[in-house]
Formats: sequence, structure tokens, C-alpha cells
Amino acid sequence: MDLFEYQGKQYFARYGIAVSAGGVAMTVDEAVAQAQLAEYPVVIKAQVQVGGRGKAGGIKLANNADEVRTHAKNILGMDIKGHIVKRVWVEHASDIAEEYYASFTLDRSAKRHLLMLSAQGGIEIEQIAVTDPTAIVKLHVNPIEGLSLDTAQRAAIDARIPEKAVSGVAAMLVKLYECFTKGDCDLAEINPLILKPNGEVHALDAKVTLDDNAAFRHPEWEEYRATEELDDRERLAREKNLQYIGLDGTVGIIANGAGLAMSTLDVVNQVGGEAANFLDIGGGANAELMTSALEVINSDTKVKSIFINIFGGITRGDEVAKGIVEAMKRVKLRAPIVIRLDGTNASEGHEIIANAGIPESQLISRPTMLEAARAAVELAGRE
Amino acid sequence: MAIFVNENTKVLVQGLTGGQGRFHGLRNRSYGTQVVAGVTPGKAGQDVEGIPVYDTVEAAVAATGATASFIAVPPKAAPAAILEAARAGIGFVVCITEGVPAQDEARVFATLQRDFPKTRLLGPNCPGIISPGKCNIGITAGEIAALPTRTGPNVGIVSRSGTLTYQALYELKQLKIGVSTCVGIGGDPVPGTSFVDCLAEFQSDPETHAIIMIGEIGGSAEEEAAEFITTHVTKPMSAYIAGVTAPAGRKMGHAGAIVSGGKGTAKGKMDALHIAGVKIGLNPTEACELMAQIVRGL
Repeated sequence: MDLFEYQGKQYFARYGIAVSAGGVAMTVDEAVAQAQLAEYPVVIKAQVQVGGRGKAGGIKLANNADEVRTHAKNILGMDIKGHIVKRVWVEHASDIAEEYYASFTLDRSAKRHLLMLSAQGGIEIEQIAVTDPTAIVKLHVNPIEGLSLDTAQRAAIDARIPEKAVSGVAAMLVKLYECFTKGDCDLAEINPLILKPNGEVHALDAKVTLDDNAAFRHPEWEEYRATEELDDRERLAREKNLQYIGLDGTVGIIANGAGLAMSTLDVVNQVGGEAANFLDIGGGANAELMTSALEVINSDTKVKSIFINIFGGITRGDEVAKGIVEAMKRVKLRAPIVIRLDGTNASEGHEIIANAGIPESQLISRPTMLEAARAAVELAGRE
Repeated sequence: MAIFVNENTKVLVQGLTGGQGRFHGLRNRSYGTQVVAGVTPGKAGQDVEGIPVYDTVEAAVAATGATASFIAVPPKAAPAAILEAARAGIGFVVCITEGVPAQDEARVFATLQRDFPKTRLLGPNCPGIISPGKCNIGITAGEIAALPTRTGPNVGIVSRSGTLTYQALYELKQLKIGVSTCVGIGGDPVPGTSFVDCLAEFQSDPETHAIIMIGEIGGSAEEEAAEFITTHVTKPMSAYIAGVTAPAGRKMGHAGAIVSGGKGTAKGKMDALHIAGVKIGLNPTEACELMAQIVRGL
């Protein structure tokens, strides 16, 4: 789960990382009230999960309530690369002497944590990586040894952080590492990490991605769920506990297993169609689950055909077939189904479907993934 | 021959008294796997359809001589279960648990590396391993796997995805191609066993004559495999990478399956494998058909 900047800053603050005083606002009046609390001058920042906010006009400085009104009015509702701004973060404007970059991620090929640190912050790290790769220090941290203050200090020196900022940056890195590990982040990034004229080191931005698998030990994440930007289809799927991602095509997809679902998208694409979604129904494809899945797909008005691709391993073909037949009684579908059912008890499954008396205009069966994909794409293309 | 497991492998099931452990443990036993013990703290003295249950892995190993462990416990308990098996001297641990936090996986992997280098972990979040006719540990339905033939050629399978592993097993069976071993390494960010580990084993396994690899978007495991294939693998290979059409920045079900910052794309992985001499199928069926052509030429 990706956090908004203001949530990331609140999360950082839990681990003692210095951030600016500020608050979140959804209306112009709220923004003015937050500015009062933060003390002028303030910065008003659009809260969207996409880069390039500044260039798009989503970050503005304000010296008084009138300026806050003007800027907040412009920014709230603004469309930044397809993301509509619903909230602004209003914080006290910081004096900036220098800007650095710091982040922790998991380096999967090394199977170690990776610190990236640079004395050149404020711009895209990818850009620095291309123009001046030596400006980024990359340091692996063994997850069972952790990051000591000594090691952090050496990293800061290696990154050519000026002497006056080294101890402040090192202390910040240790806290950020703590946030990354104990806070179960996939990514904890500060860009820019700033040095103020008074010598303080401070996080001016926050980019945090949380590991959904660790939600069980973080009850405090509950509030972040409420602000997740899901479309209606995704919200419905979440309620039904389905692994669903909305896409833009016309062929609705239901498959068992993430790999097979991805593969189904690929095959539909190969035969000239476009998938409307990714939906992994998981191992227990019973009537309940199948009904939920079909409800979610059915709520997508773009869907013109539905491709159900099931390979029975543990999942049994007869159970899946019963599920489909039962689900079709419960849900009035707007689009026809093409099913490919293979593996454990597939022939029993085909028999159940054949005996259910469903007309061919509503459900057809094809023996292989490719043939089923072709049929589904063909149906989706009909008007 | 087979890799990692064989007919002599003695398996204990951590979590045998739970729903998943019982279901799959008993299925593995009816397939012919030697399932010798179960472990559930506080349930020593009980049995599950004749399989004795012990409080600890150590006690189970002492009583039964188990050499491998099948872990089917919830995500909260999985890291401790893996390390308990390693401490008790288990050499091969299969953990099917889905939903283990990445930070825990990283710590477990580093601990195994430092303190228990002789223990190999497969998973977490993997379907397990099957050596057809000899041993099946995990959730694969044994009947979809073709037995290897005495004279070959037989194919080894290594895959990051569960259902696509079954798909490959099933298609090879339709094509009447024997399978030496099929390993599902799982789709999580820090898998205990990698593509490279499996490729190295298949390369030196005399019963394996060709290899199918099934990868997916995210990470760089397929690119690392391609590098290894170039220098170390002489057996012919075919491959399929799932997720060509996956949008960037969205997790496709597996924690590992995400394209981020333009890295980990299916195209990049296919190109790397193609350059390494691997025949690339654009869907699982095609990868298996390519394998059939390879096998016919052997």
C-alpha cells in the first residue's frame, strides 16, 4: 500500500524522524485553519501518489490567509496526470540550506536491505543515477545485523555529505532504517532530506510503501486503508476479499492463481483483445466466491464478455462448475461467459455445466486457454 | 535421481493438525511420500490418521529420523517454524505459507545463511516440490504429473507461479513427456530457493535432460537465471514469462509480481533468456510445445 505524503510524514514521526509541523485539509477553509496552526509562511502541497506535483502547479508557497485561499482553491480538484487532488498538506515553510536523498528498500537479488544515499537530493534519483552514478552511495545492510550509527556515518561521508551535516544525517538514517524494518515498509524514501541553516536535518517529503502482508501486526494502518484510491470495482472486490485490479479492456477475467490470471491477460492480448481486469479467485473457487467474482465483473459496464480460466489442481473442476451454475442463478449477467476448465475433475465439471441447461448465448466452453481466449475476444468485439 | 527429494525422503509436517496441514499432508502420504510425523506444540501423543504428532521438530526428528519438513502454518508462525526446523537439523524445508511479511523473509533467509547453511528453504508462498512417483511435498495434485521414464528424456520444471506449474505439468503429461522433478519456488520477494539454485541442480542431475522455466514479472530473478544459463547450463531449455500485459506499479497478486521503475518487465526477462539460448513461448502451452520439439530432438 502506497501512502500519501502526509501519511508518510505522520508515519515517519512515529519513529522520531523530524518533519515539518502541518496538517491535512480537504477544503479551502480547512487549509486556512491548518496554515494558522503551522504558522506562516506555509507550503500547500497537493496529495497525490504521482511524481511531478511541483511542475504541475500542485505545490505553492503562501504568506497569508488570502494566498492560502487562492492556492488551495486552485490545487484542490486539480488533475495531476490523471490523479484528482482531494487533499492538500499545509506545512510551515522550511528554510533550506542543502538538499539530500535517502532511501531504504529490499534488494531482492542480494536478499539484503539497500540504503541509497546522495548529497544531491531534490530531483529524481533515477536522473542522478544516469548523469552521475558515483553521486549515489549504495550500501547493503544485513537484516539480522541492522544499521549501526557508525556505519551510517561512514555512508554519509562516502556520499560526500558535508561535514557539518554528517552526524545529523547519520542519526536520521538510523531512524529511517528503524521505520523501514519495524514499520514493515517496502520503501521508505526521503527526497529531499534537507539541511536547515540552523544545522538541523529534516524530512521535507515522504514516500512510503507498506508491505500488505504485515498488516496483521500494524493496527495503525487501518486509517490508511480508508484513503486508498480505489475505483468502485476495486472497492467492491476488496469487500469480497478478491484479488482484483481494474484495467481498461472489454474482456472480464476470472482465473485461479495469480500466475494463471496474469497469463490469461497475456493470452487475451495475444489474440487481439484487451482485459477489463485481473482477478485471481484463489484456490477455493466455490459458488460463494464465484458469485462474488461475477458480481464484481458485472459491475464493470465496459465488459462485453467474461473469460473464466480455471486449472484444477487442488481446486476441483466439479466444484468450480457448480459454483458457476449457482452464481448464474444469483447474478443476472450482462455479458456471455467463455469457460476453459482443465485439470482435476474437469470432465465432471463439463458434465455439470452441460446438464444445467444454460443457453449457448450465455455460456460456452472451450478446451484450451488459447481457444477460449479467441472466443472471448470475438464475443467482446460484437456489438 | 531427482533433485532435492527422492523416495527416501522422510517428511514431517509442521502444522499437521491444522486444516491445510492435515489436508495436504495426508494427500502427500497417499501419493506415496513417506510422511512420518507431525509437529504441533501441545499436541504430542496425538496422531493424524496414524501419523504421530510431536511437540517439537527436535522430538519428531529424534523419534522418526525425518529429513525434510513441510510447513503449513499461518504467516505469523511461519518464520519461527522455519528456524525451528533448521535448528533441529532438517536439511530441506518446504514452506507453503502465503502472506509472510517481506522483512521476516529477509531475516529468516539471513539467519539460515549465517547459522544453518546446510538447510535449504523452498518458499515461502510456494506450491512445493514433486518428484513424480517418488515424493510429493506441498499442494500439487500428484496425478497431474507424468512419471519420468527410465531412459528419458525427462524434463525438470522450475516455476515462480503455482497454477502455471500445474498447467505445465498437465501439458507435459498430455504430450507424454516424463518429469524428473518439478519445483515451485514461489512468488515472494525473498524466496529461500532461487531459479539459479534449481538450474544448478537440474544441470547436474543425470535424470533431467531438458528444463522448463516459468517466470513472471517483477524482481530480477529471471535475468540472473539467464546469466547463469549462459555460463553453466548446457541442457536445452524453454521458458514462459507471465505478465507481458501487466500494468506498471500494480501488484499482480504475488508480492513479487510488480513492474516498478521500468524494471522487471516480461519483455526484458524474455530477451535475456532468449539471448541465453532459451526457447521462449508466448504462453504456457507454447512453452510446453517448444519443449516437446526439444525432447523429440534428443
